Amino acid sequence: MRIGTILRPALIVVLIALVLRPTWFAPVFAPFAPAGGPVIYDRASLLSLSLSHLTLVVLASAAATLVAVTLAILVTRPAGAAFRPLSRTITNMGQTFPPVAVLALAVPMLGFGAGPTLVALFLYGLLPIFENAMTGLSTLPPATIEAARGIGLNRWQRLIRVELPLALPVMLTGIRLSVVISLGTATIGSTVAARTLGEVIIAGLLTNNTAYVLQGGLIVGLFAVLIYDALVQLEARLISRTGG
Amino acid sequence: MIEIDGITKVYDGTAAVDNVSMIVETGTITVIVGTSGSGKTTLLRMINRLVEPTSGEVRINGDATSAEKPHLLRRRIGYAIQGHGLFPHHTVARNIGAVPELLNWSKGDIRARVDELLTLLAMEPAQFRDRYPAELSGGQQQRVGVARALASRPDLLLMDEPFGALDPIIRMRAQEDLRRIQQQLGSTIMLITHDMEEAIRLGDRVAVMDAGRLVQHGTPAEIVARPATEFVANMVGDVERPLRLLSLVPVSEIMEEGPAEGDALPAEASLRDALSACLWTGRDAVPVMRDGSGPGRVTLASIRARAERRA
Ligand SMILES: Nc1ncnc2c1ncn2[C@@H]1O[C@H](COP(=O)(O)OP(=O)(O)O)[C@@H](O)[C@H]1O
Ligand SMILES: [Mg+2]
Repeated sequence: MRIGTILRPALIVVLIALVLRPTWFAPVFAPFAPAGGPVIYDRASLLSLSLSHLTLVVLASAAATLVAVTLAILVTRPAGAAFRPLSRTITNMGQTFPPVAVLALAVPMLGFGAGPTLVALFLYGLLPIFENAMTGLSTLPPATIEAARGIGLNRWQRLIRVELPLALPVMLTGIRLSVVISLGTATIGSTVAARTLGEVIIAGLLTNNTAYVLQGGLIVGLFAVLIYDALVQLEARLISRTGG
Repeated sequence: MIEIDGITKVYDGTAAVDNVSMIVETGTITVIVGTSGSGKTTLLRMINRLVEPTSGEVRINGDATSAEKPHLLRRRIGYAIQGHGLFPHHTVARNIGAVPELLNWSKGDIRARVDELLTLLAMEPAQFRDRYPAELSGGQQQRVGVARALASRPDLLLMDEPFGALDPIIRMRAQEDLRRIQQQLGSTIMLITHDMEEAIRLGDRVAVMDAGRLVQHGTPAEIVARPATEFVANMVGDVERPLRLLSLVPVSEIMEEGPAEGDALPAEASLRDALSACLWTGRDAVPVMRDGSGPGRVTLASIRARAERRA
């Protein structure tokens, strides 16, 4: 906690500087650049790449959350219990399928650009959210659920007022894992011409420029760490409010 | 009036509740008592249809409960679940106001009702209204559970071992509170316990369950004086019977004129209190306070004579 209060603002400042004023870091990255070659990536604005990267992640995670949570709600109703194994298998497949393969398969259908990347991130993000939402919804305190029925809440009211709020912290954990995985995975979207921070890394790999690779990797890594941290804080706040 | 008419619940071929019939009069407390697994909870949950009976019917003021949508029925029956079951993510006020909120009471009415109930249960509204259940003691959580069940002034209140988690002293206070509230509000209450002492102290009527059957249903005095089966006799406890009987009789019943030494007992004390006072201080008679005229007295001999009458 104490370390966090100093480290967190420091990392945020470093990240903002890396994105908005990359030239400041030229002395740091110079030793990794090839002799006489460029040190700082300047073929596109890092800000616009970051925004595009984050937009892809947010869109894919939002869609994955919507689908996975809906699915988890359905299979935790008495009528949907029969579909539980099937839905597990489907979401597991989404996860075991390598994202590169998803990209390769989606390009013929969706063309180059953001489309195939969104599909890959979406499929990849489903499993952690689904598994956690299902755990959250099927391990609620029985006396509370019983009381909710007992005082006259109907199914819908029980779901909205009691079950989802109580399952929320566990669901958020799933969403957090999914978002962080997506942040990293989105970089490979650049292989099919999606605009992401992967562009910087790939440019570095193609031209043997480790400085680019480090620059892109560092920005993606910092985004992942800070977003992860923000979501952890959000969960902690929710849990402390309800007394765990 | 609640009429339970030949109600049965069968689980996997065995009857958890076996053809139980009884009538609960409006404005009374009926305590259902029995050992663990005797079907008390199942019986209670069939009244608000948390469990659907295999056969039989429940009527509230003449109307069959099966004719109403279950969740609407439950909104007019208060239910205090075993182990409180409060919503951990809602404040005390929102927990208590849950049913009035479902019934679309105005915000002002709900707030007033919440404060009224907290006061009734000896919890300072300003102090407790905005707390979360995790910030309360076990006894306070249970009282909030009772307040939630009372909130919409239900026709009927079902309470499943509401005092189970309380230590003996707080438990006794909670029982007294419930009695007082019930008398103030005139509510009809059906309450479960596995403790015969609690049943006798609280009930206008006591219903004894054994292996799914209702084996006796009567006043506490009848249960103590004339147990219908050996099981009931065992629940009452042979050694305890004379004392339990005396605890049901107020001193006013056998009070007589005459002098007596020492501290006086209040008029609502029981013969058990009077006997205890006699034995502890070595007196043959104790004075009893009375309104109007001077104190009367209760003698050891008359307590003994009353105990031998056995009813
Ligand atoms: N949902 C259920 N499914 C199967 N058996 C049950 C169920 N609920 C209760 N029972 C059985 O019915 C009997 C009575 O249970 P219960 O009404 O909870 O007893 P009590 O409240 O008196 O302890 C027990 O033997 C219990 O195992
Ligand atoms: Mg029970």
